[in-house]
Order: sequence, then structure tokens, then C-alpha cells
Amino acid sequence: MEQILSFISTHREMIYFIILAVFVGVEVIGHVPSVLHTPLMSGANAIHGVVVVGAIIVMLDTDASNYISLTLGTVAVILGTLNVVGGFVVTDRMLDMFKKK
Amino acid sequence: MIQYILEIAYLIASITFIIGLKMMSNPKKARQGNLIAAVGMTIAIIGTIFLYSKEGLTSRDNIKMILIFGGIAAGTIIGWLTAKKVQMTKMPELVSMFNGMGGACAALIGLMEFHHSVGQTSTMITVLAGMIIGSVSFSGSIIAYLKLNGAMAKPIRLPKYNIINTIVMFALFAFAAFVVASGTDSSTLLYLLFAAALFYGILFVIPIGGADMPVVISLLNSFTGLAAAFGGFLYDNKVMLTGGILVGSAGTLLTIVMCKAMNRSLFSVIFGSFGSTAAAADGADVAGSIKDISTTDVAVLMNYSKRVVIVPGYGLAVAQAQHIIHELELLLEERGVEVKYAIHPVAGRMPGHMNVLLAESNVDYGKMVEMDEINSEFEQTDVVLVVGANDVVNPAAKTDPSSPIYGMPILDVEKAKHIIVNKRSMSAGYAGIENLLFYNPKTSMFFGDAKKALTALVAELKTM
Repeated sequence: MEQILSFISTHREMIYFIILAVFVGVEVIGHVPSVLHTPLMSGANAIHGVVVVGAIIVMLDTDASNYISLTLGTVAVILGTLNVVGGFVVTDRMLDMFKKK
Repeated sequence: MIQYILEIAYLIASITFIIGLKMMSNPKKARQGNLIAAVGMTIAIIGTIFLYSKEGLTSRDNIKMILIFGGIAAGTIIGWLTAKKVQMTKMPELVSMFNGMGGACAALIGLMEFHHSVGQTSTMITVLAGMIIGSVSFSGSIIAYLKLNGAMAKPIRLPKYNIINTIVMFALFAFAAFVVASGTDSSTLLYLLFAAALFYGILFVIPIGGADMPVVISLLNSFTGLAAAFGGFLYDNKVMLTGGILVGSAGTLLTIVMCKAMNRSLFSVIFGSFGSTAAAADGADVAGSIKDISTTDVAVLMNYSKRVVIVPGYGLAVAQAQHIIHELELLLEERGVEVKYAIHPVAGRMPGHMNVLLAESNVDYGKMVEMDEINSEFEQTDVVLVVGANDVVNPAAKTDPSSPIYGMPILDVEKAKHIIVNKRSMSAGYAGIENLLFYNPKTSMFFGDAKKALTALVAELKTM
């Protein structure tokens, strides 16, 4: 019990942050017309590619002689980048079609 | 000093994500919004590469930098080419594939960070949570991809799959809790847990029917967001947190919106009964006969109408008939016929998918009318042309409580004066159920491949 309380206490700013971000997410999405749901899903998909930042951090913090970590890290960077670039590019392609008219 | 600059870079990136998503609510600004978010992402990535540092750990050896830039280059090239080349009809597959990549990235981070977290309970929980959610999202997305792709069309249901899935889920939690509680640093246990999470992802998606797939993709999308957010929590990294949570909460909301459109609860999608009980329910009251109509008759009927509403479905896109339907629309408008498109919220394979497919062939989005709005207009409509749609116009959703789609809001095409249904054959729709609309006395069946039939129709109209 005390562990949980101290965890909440040490991370309280983070917890506030998370709660507010959840509401921002709902608020921002709440007004999107259904016409744009597919590009929205794909755009959101690109944004969670931000996980690639984590992959880069792992790479930077890992020991340069730890080949297993370097390999896994490189694969993670490739996959994360794929998620980011592919997501944004395909969303752009979709939205470009809406813009023509 | 450098640390502060990085924090500011992350702050800017976080703001661009929020603004970007916000701008996507307006068709005119949406593209700009997407670009803004992309710029923010670039700032966050470049900032991390050059400015991130953790005392005693971070180093920028040549080999690491080469691998990071090499990885980014490879990911960019593959992602860019795939995104540029993919057909718009394949969009749901692509989104689930990219989503799986993000999930895999989160899972790999978890695998690598595990050994650093030994001895700190809360850190280990964060690491394993990100790893498990990422893995489930990855394997689930791959299965979703295969299902959408047609490689795995039929839902595969083990006997009592609900119970098995629930047991596996709890076993996975228990296993993870055991690993955390034991404080072990065993790689074997870690990889076993990883394998178990992947296995659960497969079990989770495999019994779900094709019609529910968009909901699943949207749900997995928010899972990956959550996995990214756990990464943010782990590194105390605000941009990962903002991005991850935004997508997590937005994805969850989108999932709920989709479920509502189909009048299905999320629970029934995951533990659902689609297909398994359907076979017994229908077939009982299919009475009456169907009526054929020739191309000339359709042309005459439309030519002398005042108002025509087109109901497009995924079949239209499969037949690649988006362009010809736009040509039909322009031709009719030229002759003073008012033409609108009635878009059901789940038309296509994802919500809003049909809008994208039509926009691709230059249809004005002002002409795409949402269900609630168009439903009141059907009474004043002379001709409804249903192309490649089936379940979204099935009256069983209103009248037959035993139908699996009972309760789903539908387009009230029956109120129109004439209904013309273009279909290749009399086979049932995506949900696999009989459609009584086809037996309605006002309905005429215009058989043929959508593209060929519409091309013939346009040619016929031009001679009038």
C-alpha cells in the first residue's frame, strides 16, 4: 500500500499530465466529421510512431559492444521510422484528394 | 543547457501533435495539420539523436550513429515507397501494417530495457507493460492484415474460444506479475513472456469476423499508442507520452464511434457472435421474387428523374468503379438531375473509407451526405442506385430481431420511389446475410460487374 502511495506521490506530475492528455485527445478528436475518420486513423497511427524516439534512446544508451542490443535497436528504429514516415505520407496522399475540390 | 533545448524541442513537437490532430477536423486544413504533426515529429527525432543524454550512459560512437541513421534511412525509404504505391482500397491493410510496425518497435524497446529495470519494481512494470501491449498490437495487426488481405478470410474459432482467450489473457497477466514479483533477470522468462504476448495477440484477433475488422484495427491503434505512452513514462519523455496518450485516447474514442455506427458494443465485437448464429436465423422468410432491369431501362429512369441518390459500397471500390460513377454523376447533373451520395458510417472497410475512395476520383465532398441527413431525403428521391453495398441497406437491421445486424442504423432506401441495385450475383454481403430489400416490389436488380455495368449505363445515357 505504501509503495503504491509513494509511487503516486513521486509521479504525481506525470499522472496529472496523463489525465489531462487523455482529455485533450478526446476533445481534439470529438469534432472530427466521419468523412475524415480514415485519414484521422492513419494520422494518429503516424503519431504513435513517436515510439521511435524510445528506440533511438535505447540505442544511444546501450553499450557499443553489445551487439544483440545494437541489432534489436536498429530493427526497432527501422520499424518505428516505417510507422512514422509511412503513416504521414499515406495520410498526406489521402488528404490531398480532399483538397482538390 | 543542451538538455533544455531538447525539452523545448519536445514541447514544440507535443504542441504540433495536438494542433495537427485538431486541424484534421476540417477537410480544408486537414492536410496542413498532418504536415505540421510531421514537422513536429522530425524535430523530436532529430532532437533526440543529437541532444539526448543520460549521465554515464549515453555515448555517440560512430557505429551507433551509423546504425541509427541507416535504420532511419531504410525505414523512410520503405515507408515512403509503400505509402506512395498502395491503392486506396488497400488502406485498411496498410494502416494495420504500419500499426503493427509501431507495436513491434515498442515490444523491442521493452525487450532491451528489461535487464536495466531489474531491481526496480515500478520500472519493470512499465517496461513489461509496454512490451506486452506492443507485442499484442504487433501480432494482432499482422492477423488483421492477413484477414483484410483475404489470406485468412474466415474467422477461425476454437471451440469455447471466449473462455480460452480469457484464460490466456489472465495467464499472461499472472505470468507478467510473476516475473515482476520474482525480480528475475532471466532472459528465458522474458522471451517466454514475449512469445506468450504474441500468441495472445493472435488469439485475440483470429475469431473476429471480417465486418468487425475496422473496429479491431482502431483498437489496436490505440494499443500501440498506449505502448508508446509506457515508453514515455519509462524515459520520462514528454513527447512520447503526449503522442502515445493522444493516440490512445483518440483511438479509443474512434473505436467507440465505430461500434456505435454498427450498433455493436465493443464487448460483442471481441467476444462476438457474428456469423455463428446467423446461418440459423435467415432463410426462413425470404419470399417473393426478384426483378431484373436492363441497362436501357435504368438509363431512361435516371434521365427523367429529378433526384438521384447513389449508395456506394465497398463492392464499388473492388470493381474500381469510382471514376465511372463520378462520370455518371456529372452526366446526370448536366441534364438537371440532382445527384448525391449517401455514405453510411461504415461504408467501405473503415469509417470514412468510402469518402476517401470517392474523393480519389474527384467527387466533391459536399455531395457526400451522411446517413442521418440523407435518410430524411429518401422520400423525395426518385431513384436510388445501390452499387456494391448490401448490409448497410438491409431492412433486416430494422425488422428482424434474429438478424445479426439487427439494430444497426441503415440507409432508408426503401422510402425512395425506385431502387436499383447493382450486384454481380445474388450472393450475400460481407456479413453473410440475406437481404430482403432485393425482394421489395420497388427494387430492380441491375446485375453485372459494377464497372462494366456503369460504363454501359453511361454510354446508354449519352445516346439520349
